[in-house]
Amino acid sequence: MNLSFTILIPLIPLSVFLILGILSQEIKPAVSGYIGVFGLFVSTILSYFTAYQYFFVFGKLEGVYQTFTQKTVWMNFTDTLHIDMGVLIDPISVMMLIVVSTISLMVHIYSRGYMKGDDGYTRFFSYLSLFTFSMYGLVLATNLFQIYIFWELVGVSSFLLIGHYYTKPSAVAAAKKAFIVTRFADLGFLIGILIIGFYTSTYDFETLNNPEGSAILNWASGSFMGLSILTWALILIFIGGAGKSAMFPLHIWLSDAMEGPTPVSALIHAATMVVAGVYLVARLFPMYYFVEDGFALNVVAFVGAFSSLFAAVIAVTQTDIKRVLAFSTMSQLGYMMLALGVSGYDGHEGVGYMASMFHLFTHAMFKALLFLGAGSVIHAVHSNFLKDMGGLRKYMPITNITFLIAALAIAGVPPFAGFWSKDEILVAAFEHNKLIYFIGIFVAGLTAFYMFRIYFGIFWGKETKYKHAPHESPVSMTFPLMVLAFLSIVVGFIPFSEFITADKAGFEAHLNYPLAAAAVGVGLIGVGLAYLFYKKENDLAERFSEAFGSFYVWTFHKFYFDEIYLFITKKILFQRVSWPIAKFDKKYVDGTMEGIGNKTVFISHKIKGLQSGKFQDYAFALVSGVVVLALVFIYFLNY
Amino acid sequence: MTLDSFSFMRHEILLLAVIILLLIAEIFIPKNKKSNIVHLVVLLFGVHTVVGIFPMGEESLFGGMFRTNNLIHFFKNVLNIGVFILLLQSTDWIQEKIFSQNRGTEFFLLLFSSLLGMYFMISAGDFLMFYIGLELSTLPVAALTAYETSKRISSEAGIKFILSAGLASGTALFGITLLYASSGSIYFDDIMQLIASDNLTILAFILFFTGLAFKISLVPFHFWTADVYEGAPISVASYLSVISKGSAVFILMIMLFTVLKPLMHIWENLLYLIALATMFMGNLFALRQQNMKRFLAYSSIAQAGFILLGMVTGTQLGTATVVYFVMIYIFSNLAAFGVVQAISLKTGRENMNDYEGLYRTNPNLSLVMMLALFSLAGIPPVAGFFGKFFLFTAAASKGYYLLVFIAVVNVTISLYYYLLVVRAMFIRTNESAIPYFKNKIYMRLGLIIAAAGILVLGLYSPLYDYIYELSSSFCGCDL
Repeated sequence: MNLSFTILIPLIPLSVFLILGILSQEIKPAVSGYIGVFGLFVSTILSYFTAYQYFFVFGKLEGVYQTFTQKTVWMNFTDTLHIDMGVLIDPISVMMLIVVSTISLMVHIYSRGYMKGDDGYTRFFSYLSLFTFSMYGLVLATNLFQIYIFWELVGVSSFLLIGHYYTKPSAVAAAKKAFIVTRFADLGFLIGILIIGFYTSTYDFETLNNPEGSAILNWASGSFMGLSILTWALILIFIGGAGKSAMFPLHIWLSDAMEGPTPVSALIHAATMVVAGVYLVARLFPMYYFVEDGFALNVVAFVGAFSSLFAAVIAVTQTDIKRVLAFSTMSQLGYMMLALGVSGYDGHEGVGYMASMFHLFTHAMFKALLFLGAGSVIHAVHSNFLKDMGGLRKYMPITNITFLIAALAIAGVPPFAGFWSKDEILVAAFEHNKLIYFIGIFVAGLTAFYMFRIYFGIFWGKETKYKHAPHESPVSMTFPLMVLAFLSIVVGFIPFSEFITADKAGFEAHLNYPLAAAAVGVGLIGVGLAYLFYKKENDLAERFSEAFGSFYVWTFHKFYFDEIYLFITKKILFQRVSWPIAKFDKKYVDGTMEGIGNKTVFISHKIKGLQSGKFQDYAFALVSGVVVLALVFIYFLNY
Repeated sequence: MTLDSFSFMRHEILLLAVIILLLIAEIFIPKNKKSNIVHLVVLLFGVHTVVGIFPMGEESLFGGMFRTNNLIHFFKNVLNIGVFILLLQSTDWIQEKIFSQNRGTEFFLLLFSSLLGMYFMISAGDFLMFYIGLELSTLPVAALTAYETSKRISSEAGIKFILSAGLASGTALFGITLLYASSGSIYFDDIMQLIASDNLTILAFILFFTGLAFKISLVPFHFWTADVYEGAPISVASYLSVISKGSAVFILMIMLFTVLKPLMHIWENLLYLIALATMFMGNLFALRQQNMKRFLAYSSIAQAGFILLGMVTGTQLGTATVVYFVMIYIFSNLAAFGVVQAISLKTGRENMNDYEGLYRTNPNLSLVMMLALFSLAGIPPVAGFFGKFFLFTAAASKGYYLLVFIAVVNVTISLYYYLLVVRAMFIRTNESAIPYFKNKIYMRLGLIIAAAGILVLGLYSPLYDYIYELSSSFCGCDL
C-alpha cells in the first residue's frame, strides 16, 4: 500500500500556517478562518481515509497489525545511528491522527465564533495550524529524534497560543511558565534520547521496540546506581513525558495555561498536546515493559496514580471552572499513565495498554467538549468563576445538554464513552495492583463529584443577576458541541481491544460486571453528593469545607506547590547560586572578553591608514606582496 | 571531436546567442520603447539558465583546450542562477537611471560578455584559454564599474579597477610565461606531468597566483576592493563580490588541486598564511565601516579568507565544502546587496545608520537582510552556518586545528559587525527612518529567491551529498 499521501496530513496545516503567517496583514479575518478550517478539513478526511485503509483494508497480516514506515535519512551519524524524517503508520499513530484531526477540526470551527472580533484572529488561526502540524508530526514520528523535534514544536505553539492575549501580564507569565516547566522536563527527555542513542546505536522506533531486538535483549549491558542504564534512559524520557502531560510534580504549568483562549485549552491542554506524554510511553511501551522487568513502567504507574489522586482532590475546591477542568485533565492523564503502568504485553495481559489508549481516545472527545462548553458559558457571562454563573440552563439549552453528556461521560455513567474506557482501566489495575485500583476507584468518585459540582453550579443553583441576559452561542460554536456530544456517546462502543493492543494482535474484552458495578456505584455516589450540595442553594458545601478545616485551605491553594517552586527558584537558586555566578561572569569572563573586543577595535583603528585610497599605494602593496611571497616561498618555506 | 561535441559548449553557445539577440534587439527596438528590453533580457537569460541545468557529460574539446565535467557544469549553473538573481535585482535601477541616458542594453552586453569569459575560464584546459577567459571576464567589468558616468566616484572606481586588474593580470601572464619556460607546455594535463618543484616553478606559481588572488581579493591584493565596490553601481559591486569572486575561487581550486598538485607543499603554506591575513584584515576593517557597500566589501574579503580554509586541504571533502560554501555565499551576498540596492535606489541612502528603525517601516526588507547577514555570519539554522561548519570540518580533518581556531575567532569578530546592522534595523529607532516603500516585482522576486536559497540550501542535505559526489569526478582529488 502506498502511504505517501499521509505526508500531506501534516503538510497541509504547515502550508496554512505559512500562508496565514506571511499574509496575515493582507488577509481579511473571515477569510483566514475559512482557510484554516478548510485546510484542516482536508487533513481530517485524509486521516479518516488512512484509518479506514489501515484498520480495515490492508493493515492486518495474519491477525497482527503491521507497522508501515516511509522515511528518508536527514542526518547521518553512523550506519545505524541516523536521524530520519518520515511517517510511521501503526495502530496508535492512526488512532492519534483521528483524535488530533477530529478535535482540531472542531476547535477550528468553534474558534470562528469564539474569536470573532479578536485583534489577533488571523494570528490565532495561523498558530492553530502550526500546532496541528506539529502534533501530526509528533504522532507520525518514526524515531526518537523526530518526535523530539515535533515535541518542542508543540511546546512552542502551546507557548504562542497561551500567550495569545499578550497584553495581559498573567497570560504572558502563564505562557512563560508553561514553556519553561515543560522545557525543563524536556531536558530529561533529551538526555534520555542521547543515552539511548549511545547504548543502542539507533533512534528508530521499530528497531528499539522489537522485543527480539538487541536494544531490548541487551538491556543489562550497562548499569548505573543499581539500575540498568536503559532504565535510567526510560525514566528520563518519562520525565519529558511527565512534563508535557502535567504529571506530579511537573504539573504546575497546566492550570495557569488556562489563561489562553478556551478553544486552545480544549485543543492543546485537554485533548492533544497533553496526551503526548502518554503517547510517548505507549510508543516505547515494549521497551518500558521488557527492560529490567518493567521497573520504569512501575514508576510510570505510581506517578500516574498519585497525580490522578492529587489533581482530583485539588479540582474539588477550585472556583474557576477552567481550572477545575484543567485539574480534571491532569487527573485523567494520571489515569492513562497508571493504566499503561499496570499493563502487560501479550494478549489479554495487555488490557492496561489498550485501556489507556481507549481512555485517551474517549477522554479527548468529552474533555474537549467540556472545555468548549465552558468556553460557550464564558462567552456568555464573560467570567470564569462559578460565583458569576448559575441557572444558565434556561438561557443556553444546547450548552446545558452537551455539557451534561460530557459530565456523565467523564463520571463513568453507562452507556457514555467514559464508562467503557474507565472500566477497562480499573480492570487492569485490579488485576495488577490493588492499591492502585483503590486509588483509581476513589478518583472515579471524586471525578463524578467535582464535575457535577460545576455542572450544577453553572446550569442550576441560584441565578446570578446578569447585566445582560446571557444567550446561547452562535451555531459555529454549538455545532462542534453537538458533534462532540454525539461522539462522547458513541465512541465507547468501539471494540478497541480488536484494534489497539500492546502486541498488536487484538483480543476479546469483556465487561467485568462486579468491577463495573463498583465503579458506576462510586460515580453515582459522587453525582448524588454533588446533587445534594449544589443543586439548590444551601450551606451543606460550606459546612463540609469548614469541617475539613486546614485541609480545605491547603487544597484550595493547590497544596502550595507554586509557592514551593517560587521559593526554591527565587530564594535559593537565584539568590544563592545564580547571583554569585552572574557576578563572576560579569566581572571576569565579560571583562576579559570586553578587553579583547576593545583591543580588536583599537587595532582596527590603528590600521585604517593602510587603506589610503591612492592607487600608487595599492600597486606598491600588490607588487611588494608578490615579491615578498616569492622570496619567502623560494628561500624559507620551500620544503 | 565531432560536430556533436559542440553540445558540450551549451552554456557558451547559448550565452553568445543571447548576446547576439540582444545586439539585434538593441538595433531594432525604437528608442522610446527601449526600456522594455529588460523583460527580454530576463526572459532570455531565464531560458538560458533553465536550459543550462539539463545534465551534461564529461568531454574534452579542441585538443584539450576546452573541457567540461559534472562539477564544472554544476558550477556554471550556480553562476547562472546567481546572475539571474542579479538581473532581477538590477532591472529597476537600469530602467530608472540608465535607460534615460540611452545606454541600457550595453550594460547587459558587458555583463554577459564577462560571464562568458568566466565560462571559458573555468572550462579552460590550457593556460591560453584560461588567460583569455580571465581577461574577457575582467575587462567588461571595468567598463561596468565606471558605468555611472555622471558620478565622479564611479569613474574613479573604474580607473582603479582597470589599473589594478591590469597589474594583476600582467603579473599572472608573466607567471604563465615562466611556467611555460619551465615545463615547455601550456596544456594543463602536460604541465601536471612535467612540473617540478624547482625555484623557477615556484616563482612562476606565485606570479600566476596573484592574478586570481586579485579577483578573489585576498590580502595583500585586496586594496582595490573597498574603493571599487563603493564607487561602482551596486549591481556591479554585487557582481564583483559574488560571480566574479565565485568563479575565480572555483578555477583557483581546480588549478591547485589538479595542475599544481605537485606544488602542494608550497601552496598549502601559502594559502595558510594568506587565509590568516585575509580573515584578519577583512574583519578588522569591516568593524569600522559606515558605508554599507564598503562594509560588504570588507565582509566579502573576510569570507574569502574562510574559503581558503577548505581549499588548503586539497581533498574531495575540501572541494565539496568550498563549492557548497561559495554557492551559499552567492545567495547570501546577493540578498544583502539586493536590499542595499533596493534602498539605495529608492532613497539614495547607503549608510549603516540610515538603516536604523528599518524593521518598523520595512519589515520584509529587514527580514531578508537579517537572513543574509545571519547566513554570512554563520548563525544556524540558515545555510551560512552549514557552509562554514563544513569548511571548518574539512580543515580540521586535515589537522589544521590552529587555523580553525583562528577562523572561529574571526567568525566571532564578524558576528559583531554583522549584528551591528541587525541591531540598527531591529533595535535602534530613528525618527527619519527610511519610509515604507514597495519594490517592483523583479526586485521582490530577486530578493525572495535569494532568501529562499539561504533557507533551503542549508536544510536540504541531499544537495551537499550531490556536490560531494560530483567532487570526486574531477581528477586529482584522490592523489
